[in-house]
Amino acid sequence: MMSEPLLQAVDLECERDERLLLQNLSFSIVPGTLTRVEGENGSGKTTLLRILAGLNDAWTGELLWCGKPRAHDRESFHRNTLYLGHRPGIKPLLTPMENLRALMAGRRPVNDDVLAQALAGTGLAGYENVPCRNLSAGQQRRVALARLLVADEPLWLLDEVFTAIDAEGVKAIEALLQQRAAEGGAVLVTTHHDLQVPGMRRIVLGGGRGNE
Amino acid sequence: MNSAGRALVKPVEQGVGVFSAMLAVFARDVRVAFRQRQDLLNPLLFFVMVVTLFPLGVSPEVSFLQQSGAGILWVAALLAVLLSLDHLFRHDFDDGTLEQLVLQPQPLFLLILAKTLAHWMLTGLPLVILSPVLGVMVHLDGNSIAILCLTLLIGTPVLSLIGSIGAALTLGLRSAGVLLSLLIIPLYIPVLIFGTGTVAAAAEGAPVGGYLALMGAFLVLALTLAPFASAAALRISMSNS
Amino acid sequence: MWQFFHKLGSPKWFFGIATRFMPWLLAGGLLLLAAGLIWGLAFAPKDYLQGNSYRIIFIHVPSAFLAQSIYISMAVAAVVTLVWRMKLADVFVKAIAPVGLLFTFLALFTGAIWGKPTWGTWWVWDARLTAMLILLFLYGGVIALDRAINDEKSAARAVAVLVLVGVVNIPIIKYSVDWWNTLHQPATFKLTEKPTMPMEMWLPLLLSVLGLYLLFGWLACIRMKTEILVREQRTRWVRELVLAGRK
Repeated sequence: MMSEPLLQAVDLECERDERLLLQNLSFSIVPGTLTRVEGENGSGKTTLLRILAGLNDAWTGELLWCGKPRAHDRESFHRNTLYLGHRPGIKPLLTPMENLRALMAGRRPVNDDVLAQALAGTGLAGYENVPCRNLSAGQQRRVALARLLVADEPLWLLDEVFTAIDAEGVKAIEALLQQRAAEGGAVLVTTHHDLQVPGMRRIVLGGGRGNE
Repeated sequence: MNSAGRALVKPVEQGVGVFSAMLAVFARDVRVAFRQRQDLLNPLLFFVMVVTLFPLGVSPEVSFLQQSGAGILWVAALLAVLLSLDHLFRHDFDDGTLEQLVLQPQPLFLLILAKTLAHWMLTGLPLVILSPVLGVMVHLDGNSIAILCLTLLIGTPVLSLIGSIGAALTLGLRSAGVLLSLLIIPLYIPVLIFGTGTVAAAAEGAPVGGYLALMGAFLVLALTLAPFASAAALRISMSNS
Repeated sequence: MWQFFHKLGSPKWFFGIATRFMPWLLAGGLLLLAAGLIWGLAFAPKDYLQGNSYRIIFIHVPSAFLAQSIYISMAVAAVVTLVWRMKLADVFVKAIAPVGLLFTFLALFTGAIWGKPTWGTWWVWDARLTAMLILLFLYGGVIALDRAINDEKSAARAVAVLVLVGVVNIPIIKYSVDWWNTLHQPATFKLTEKPTMPMEMWLPLLLSVLGLYLLFGWLACIRMKTEILVREQRTRWVRELVLAGRK
């Protein structure tokens, strides 16, 4: 049951601005694992995550979701995938509570107590009704991260989640990701932060360049 | 952070109905707009100012204004909508909420339809409501004003819908505002022609039912086709960012 | 069938075919156009109403034909781009949009020249002229959007969406402009008032239309070949081609 891959990439290739960014990339993401995408700046980490999330359609190759081509059941794929990108997806004019509600609204009904608990869990208790533009960059980031505490999606795609988060927060997120993997979720992260988790898998980008 | 008590990970089988998802998108856009009321006023002020330019720039004579008033109001409304279109996706794009919208497990074109309707309610509808006042200022008679309002009521949603395609296509580009106008103005021409033509026909005493029906057909066509084109355009712009 | 389709989409294959066909297109186009124009300008009878000034239709009408057909062909290519993501369709749209703009402009320009002796003015808000002007705007928008997007594939797909939206709108625009025209000026000016065109006028016109189509084919091939070379500059076959050319 654990071995069935959630998402499989076969011969993924992506060209951007006349540069071959990703090439011959194949891997599978299995439930219960934490995978880190590694590579230097500009090696295509963000592009890869955007492709996997379904934001970038300019690629060739195959993406299988639960063994079937992803395009066949995109809705089920989106329902089961959580993506957090560079841009936090937080409206500065809305409060953390309103933001979370709006983010969850298209996915599944979540009641406000659960959301308030999640905000408290990220250290934002007392800020529920302050417009996000009055919060610091790190706090805005935490609003986005509060979604991880209510997320049901088996697959998480997290791009640079540790940006603007303090040392204590980083530790908490590390623990959360580890726990998530232990519970049977699949987590894919990119980070410049030195992430040390036992059993972590790696996808290294940029290695295949330079030779014909 | 802790997530104690959460069940083990299982696939999510069912979610939220598309209608409530659309409603949420609509409500959020309206809420954001009302947090920044000045932005709501800008297209209206622009509308009034453009109309003011015509008596000043061309002629304040009653006969000229009576004859051209409907056209002036229509052109001004069209430009006001055009001006506001740049905001339709841009803020959402910049703060990342648009990414999350695209990733919702819902048909994207319906979510975009909800956004476009919110845009119309916040820009087009106020223009329609304001137009009788300006109609009086350009000496239109009561019947013409009523017909004008009706054509604007049917026509401005078409402007928002067609405009959403241009806004999606130019998302994230340099000088997107000007480019958006270049792409969209030619597509606005039929709406403008029939909008002003209907008022002109009414002024001559001709029956306008057929013209209004035709404009209604434009609206239905735009409602059914434009969201698909916008959704396709949005995915392309997303892939490029 | 599918293999043929894929071959058709390969830039290299097209490059070879185009190189082989181009001389024929050029020769045929020039021959037909010359025949049509010489016949039309020198030998066709005078128009009983407009005298010699009508002879500009031997340039005006073919340009107008092409201006419209090019947009339609772009729309077909746009579908291919969006559905099958064929590289060659991208190249086609990008290469011929400026040509379409050129012919639209030519149709407008010759229309204006024709208008002066016929209507006594350079420009008339005639339904056909106005519709042509809007077509010029549509071409302008397509070219502007293509230039604004850096990434080739995204540009091609965005342009494809715009072209399709435009092609859905063209009949609506045409219809509304016709309606607007009759509303504002009762049909005094009509380019096609003449009930029937005598055979001696019609045949040279047909020849020039066909000739210009062939010339367009030639022009499209040149522009597509250039675009292909730019896009495929990193591939081996282009490098070999360039090296061979240098010897």
